[in-house]
Amino acid sequence: MIQPTLPPRTGVGFKPEHFDGLIADPGPIGFFEVHAENYMGDGGLPHAQLARLHERFALSVHGVGLSIGVDAPLDRAHLQRLRRLCDRYRPESFSEHLAWSSHGDVYLNDLLPLPYTAVTLTRVADHIAEVQDALGRRMLLENPATYVLFAESTIAETDFLADIVRRTGCGLLLDVNNVYVSATNHDRSAEAYLAAFPLEHVGEIHLAGHDASVDDAGAPLLIDAHGSSVADPVWALFERVIAHTGPLPTLIEWDNDVPAWPVLRGEAIAADAVLTRFAAMHAA
Amino acid sequence: MNSDQASSDQASFAEALLDPERRVPDGVTSHTHLAPAKRFTVYRNNVVVSLIDALATRFPAVQRIVGEEFFRAMAGVFVRAHPPRSPLMMTYGEGLPAFIETFAPAAELPYLADVARLEAARTRVFHAADATALLAEAFSALDPTDLETLRIRFSPGTAIVRSSHPSVTIWAMNADEAEPAPIEDWCGEDALISREGFDVVVRRLLPGGAVFLSRLLADATLANAAYAAMQDSAAFDLAENIAGLISAHLATELVRTQSPAP
Repeated sequence: MIQPTLPPRTGVGFKPEHFDGLIADPGPIGFFEVHAENYMGDGGLPHAQLARLHERFALSVHGVGLSIGVDAPLDRAHLQRLRRLCDRYRPESFSEHLAWSSHGDVYLNDLLPLPYTAVTLTRVADHIAEVQDALGRRMLLENPATYVLFAESTIAETDFLADIVRRTGCGLLLDVNNVYVSATNHDRSAEAYLAAFPLEHVGEIHLAGHDASVDDAGAPLLIDAHGSSVADPVWALFERVIAHTGPLPTLIEWDNDVPAWPVLRGEAIAADAVLTRFAAMHAA
Repeated sequence: MNSDQASSDQASFAEALLDPERRVPDGVTSHTHLAPAKRFTVYRNNVVVSLIDALATRFPAVQRIVGEEFFRAMAGVFVRAHPPRSPLMMTYGEGLPAFIETFAPAAELPYLADVARLEAARTRVFHAADATALLAEAFSALDPTDLETLRIRFSPGTAIVRSSHPSVTIWAMNADEAEPAPIEDWCGEDALISREGFDVVVRRLLPGGAVFLSRLLADATLANAAYAAMQDSAAFDLAENIAGLISAHLATELVRTQSPAP
């Protein structure tokens, strides 16, 4: 089966207040992304905007509530809602997170970390296979931003992701801000992480802003806040990735303290400049 | 603690997220090897703050009435006692109005729960399925004999919120729909919440209107709904209420049936 894919251009996480700006003055935007759970109502303005934008731009549906890492069966009702949404809009991409966000029947509304072990690897791979079967399509799995480690972890995150890809045939969503946040928080090298990352399976890139704090020991603690512009070290890592891979669909996420459209558009233009520069180099 | 053997299962992690008194679960660590309390607090804050934010988004007038500080404190208590059961944040907070009625610090504001009911209904209507309302002409051929057999199908999401307080006026003043002013005539107000196109519209209902529309929504015939409304209020005016129903674009279909009235 031929899978639709996002164009190797820049995109934005869609906020309803940007609808007019996005239509009137999209700049280099080639696709937009929505959180699946915000479009699971029956109708109204959200669906009207989604349909209208999808006439013009490619669509990435990004789930935040499936809880793929949960130590229990997946929520079948939610999987069916995702299926209906994907059937209705036929998005160019569907992605979710390497995380869990529910326990029992309680939904915790955050992307929570999991230890990397043989047990969790099997569980996550089984869940991704179930998602891909239910949706009838390949999905992308996003690397997380984490603030803690687990004593029981035995597998490096990059090896864990590579093994998931091998077992399930899924693709990866490389969140470069998450790479930088996690590397800083765990005193590791972001460059080494990227060198070990299976870049050939990346179907989309995320860029976002973060907040800075410190932990109890005074060590740097970065928070994946999505409430500011992309930081310089993250731009630098993004350039390294694109220099290696060539242009990839690249999304600016800005979910909190959402700026006026021209500001978000400016971030997209900056990402587009990197894609364009390395497209020329790869073509040469 | 034998940290090499410790297993941080998701149950203990989840419980510690919603209970600030609990310590960081065993097996959760960091590269500094200190107990990662501040690190774990990031997750605690993400959970609680994001859920409070979801409630603030859904109940802006309630927040304006009580102020941000009071609202966030109240919402924090609600979030820990009633965390969501669904990943659809648009549905979170259905239980907030009933919670407000039992929340002692809000007891001085007896209308607050009804304002919350009105706001909860607004979100449901906003996300309801699209429908095409009947035009006024569809009603022009009605004659009195139709009342016994006619039922009305409503636009999805159409909701009635009854209140023994002037909750519609209070909501409007706290939603930039009306100028804030002293309320001279403190009496009960019933709200109709419905969609016109993609806009959610809140109207104050006429006497008996809430009973009339509620019965129609429950599939009563026009005659039975009108009878119940007259029992509720001597001031009920059928023609005026049908005109209101037409102008608010509530009806999507007129159904004639001979089945016995409920």
